[in-house]
Amino acid sequence: MKKTLKNVENVIIRFAGDSGDGMQLTGGRFTETTAIVGNDISTLPDYPAEIRAPAGSLAGVSAFQINFSSKDIHTPGDKVDVLVAMNPAALKVHMNELEHGGMLICNTASFTKKNLTYAGYDSNPLEDGSLEDFFNVFAIDMSKIVLEACSDMDLPPKTVERTKNLFALGLLFWIFDRPTETTKSWLRKKFAKRPELIEANVRALDAGYNYGETTEIFMTRYMVDKADLPPGTYRNIVGNYAVSLGLVAAAEKSNLPLFYGGYPITPASDILHILSSLKYHNVKTFQAEDEIAGMTSIIGAAFTGNLAVTASSGPGIALKGEALGLAVMAELPMVIVNVQRGGPSTGLPTKTEQSDLFQALYGRNGEAPIPVIASATPGDCFYTAYEACRIALKYMTPVFVLTDGYLANGSEPWLIPNVDDLEPIEVKFADTSTLVDGQFMPYLRNKETLARPWAIPGVSGLEHRIGGLEKEDGTGNVSYDPENHHQMTLNRQQKINNIVNEIPPTDVFGKASGDMLILSWGGTKGSCRSATEDLQKESKLVSHIHLRWLNPLPKDLGEILIRYKHVLIPEINMGQLSKIIRAEYLVDAQGLNLVKGKPIGKGRIIEKVNEMLGC
Amino acid sequence: MADVKTVEKKKYSRMDFTSDQSVRWCPGCGDYAILTQTQKVFPELGIDRENIVFISGIGCSSRFPYYMNTYGFHTIHGRATAIASGVKIANPDLSVWVVTGDGDGLSIGGNHTIHLLRRNININVMLFNNRIYGLTKGQYSPTSEVGKITKSTPFGSLDRPFNPLTLAMGAQATFVARSVDRDTKHMQAMIERSHKHKGTSFLEIYQNCLIFNDGAFASMTNKESKADNVLRLEHGKPMLFGKENKKGIKLSDNVPEIIEIGDNYSIDDVLIHNEQDYVIASMLANFTYLDIFPDPVGVLYAIDVTPYDDLVVQQIDEAIGHHGTGSIKELLNSGNTWIVE
Repeated sequence: MKKTLKNVENVIIRFAGDSGDGMQLTGGRFTETTAIVGNDISTLPDYPAEIRAPAGSLAGVSAFQINFSSKDIHTPGDKVDVLVAMNPAALKVHMNELEHGGMLICNTASFTKKNLTYAGYDSNPLEDGSLEDFFNVFAIDMSKIVLEACSDMDLPPKTVERTKNLFALGLLFWIFDRPTETTKSWLRKKFAKRPELIEANVRALDAGYNYGETTEIFMTRYMVDKADLPPGTYRNIVGNYAVSLGLVAAAEKSNLPLFYGGYPITPASDILHILSSLKYHNVKTFQAEDEIAGMTSIIGAAFTGNLAVTASSGPGIALKGEALGLAVMAELPMVIVNVQRGGPSTGLPTKTEQSDLFQALYGRNGEAPIPVIASATPGDCFYTAYEACRIALKYMTPVFVLTDGYLANGSEPWLIPNVDDLEPIEVKFADTSTLVDGQFMPYLRNKETLARPWAIPGVSGLEHRIGGLEKEDGTGNVSYDPENHHQMTLNRQQKINNIVNEIPPTDVFGKASGDMLILSWGGTKGSCRSATEDLQKESKLVSHIHLRWLNPLPKDLGEILIRYKHVLIPEINMGQLSKIIRAEYLVDAQGLNLVKGKPIGKGRIIEKVNEMLGC
Repeated sequence: MADVKTVEKKKYSRMDFTSDQSVRWCPGCGDYAILTQTQKVFPELGIDRENIVFISGIGCSSRFPYYMNTYGFHTIHGRATAIASGVKIANPDLSVWVVTGDGDGLSIGGNHTIHLLRRNININVMLFNNRIYGLTKGQYSPTSEVGKITKSTPFGSLDRPFNPLTLAMGAQATFVARSVDRDTKHMQAMIERSHKHKGTSFLEIYQNCLIFNDGAFASMTNKESKADNVLRLEHGKPMLFGKENKKGIKLSDNVPEIIEIGDNYSIDDVLIHNEQDYVIASMLANFTYLDIFPDPVGVLYAIDVTPYDDLVVQQIDEAIGHHGTGSIKELLNSGNTWIVE
């Protein structure tokens, strides 16, 4: 029988299995190959907080979703077309998000009585006919096939059995017509010191590919054409890597050594790991004893003239709060990255959320304004990190970068920026030419930006003292004068307000007025844009704008908001931006607030828009 | 701090280290004496003034940087050691000094203190220990003796105190010393030794709080009792104390005891101080809360261990030597890339 090749525009696959099944690796390899093939992609890793929850348990299910397309896509997608479930728990957790009629591929070897019970199944769903009505089920004993493929090798069966994820990967490569070579060369590099593991994994990969090719179970292959992406050199990028590159780029462009002080915390730790491997870029990384020391060490580094950066997640940022106030008071340049996760408290460490906006804006004692910029996509993390550094150095202020767990671990094909095109970062340290009557004035401000001079230790004649106590305007001496305190409070606020001049006019996607404006910030951009595109196709008067800066807000935002009958703000929180927009512009903005530890699907946004428009 | 360049040193006087800010400690506070001795000894250290940074946290002692005409940063409670770590790593050429107290450095900032000590960053810590919270007006501190009657402990404090020196020894400090605010010459010598030590130097200074804990160290400063209660340590010298140095410390079966020089014992029986001996230093540090022994002052412990900040520089140099200096252009274009036409 001849196998057919079918052209499709868009496919969403989810690999799901036990934490030990290598699902993140499998997803990562599929992503790499798919990016190189030329599709647009968006990925969403979803893994448990436990390093190894009990094998086979629902809590231990780890998944990786990839959306790939021949069109421009913005999200990892809502419902999936293909679910690979390596065990019953994975099936149980993810089955509801598989499209009816979708492809379900299971490893029957894991559907043992014990695992079924563990996952809460009374009978084996692969045998009791409960799935066939809804899905296109492919039950394969992957473990047995990989054991056979390696039967002539002198390897323990347990080791061989672990390659079953490569079998699944190989099978999907065949189904979606992608080459296996990239993965093979990756395996050769990864297991360079264990040739027998290279061999076993390559055999498993080929076994999966050949299984699709030779058996008569799979009769159709699917083609997803190259996406029409802007020309240039691309790489696949995850958010935390992009943040790290943005910081290194800013350090190089500003000609400053990069100092990173931080404490390990999920999902921000990768930034520490990546920067630690980049010491040859003159990067200093300091793994501090706690979050507070991470923060305060960068205050010291900023005082000394380094480009100072820390990254953390909500609970860590909470610990940094007091020191952030000192950074505001001392008016020193530094960047604080918050890779947001589910809260409060320890919350959902490995899941995404947008609930730290208020924390970034207000989470300090006193009037302590800090600029806040948020990344929209994994690749955008590069630009926001870079921009944050530029603004911090220009305005002598700490700057918050908000990303989130989804952006941090999610990936997309990324057009590699031309370094020469990045906005220059000019740093001028204070020198003795700024002395007033022989006296250095640490709080004498730049008239345009209101930034104070950056006078670093080592310069004769600029010896001065600063601190957390209120300072006298100009001299920086301790002052308890009421008028001075009021004036300094205004100065600190005005300096941040001035950053509004750095924000380009707001880009409206859609008509300049209409029935509905969808307003987004951070990682929900993709879903909001996709929803808007779909609604516009139905000729609805829906537009979308995305906010990059949350503090200050763009100058033109107020006048744009009032041109629409409704404003909808989808957020993975209880309505933090909604409250700000309502307070700031007296606009009746409505929220779509889903706090489930995962991105808001475009389907929910479309539903909400239709409901608000009464259609 | 011995690594600051020593070519063509500028000549300084005490006034060069005095800032234009009026000093605002209570009259009679021990902090005045420490400030004066610091300003007196700094011209002798041979460091260019612009390369000196004083970092403090919160507390009476933490006002110190305002009065030193160097670079200074009066920060937040307990974090001076962590901020100083950032300063020193960011620019290892600076001479970095932390001024802290028993509350700032051992209570709210205890964590940063022990980690600074174990890392051995080339920073000088001066911990003013007055065994009380002064700035918040008289609560007991982590170094107050058990049973201390204060505003927050009207029936006596229940917690056992920290001994800063045993804490420092336990945290693997490479330089541990003590001085007393009234002992001006000794303090100058200790500040100088702190400066010369490469690595974190931990100098505890007993400091009298006239208002809330007056006389805390009286037995060590009063003319009559001083000789019997202070053990002045000097490397290579016998551990003698008491009037006319007639008493000494002897080790019998690894247990210290006090002996009288005379009929039964001679000076040869007295233990010789060795700054590099961890066991002896720990034993001496432990004397503080043992009533029968005199309180040791001087350098208890000093060993050579490559400072953290040197290692940071070394590691970066090695990385650059191995890869060449990184370029962001190359980094951006590394890994699997593909071209869309």
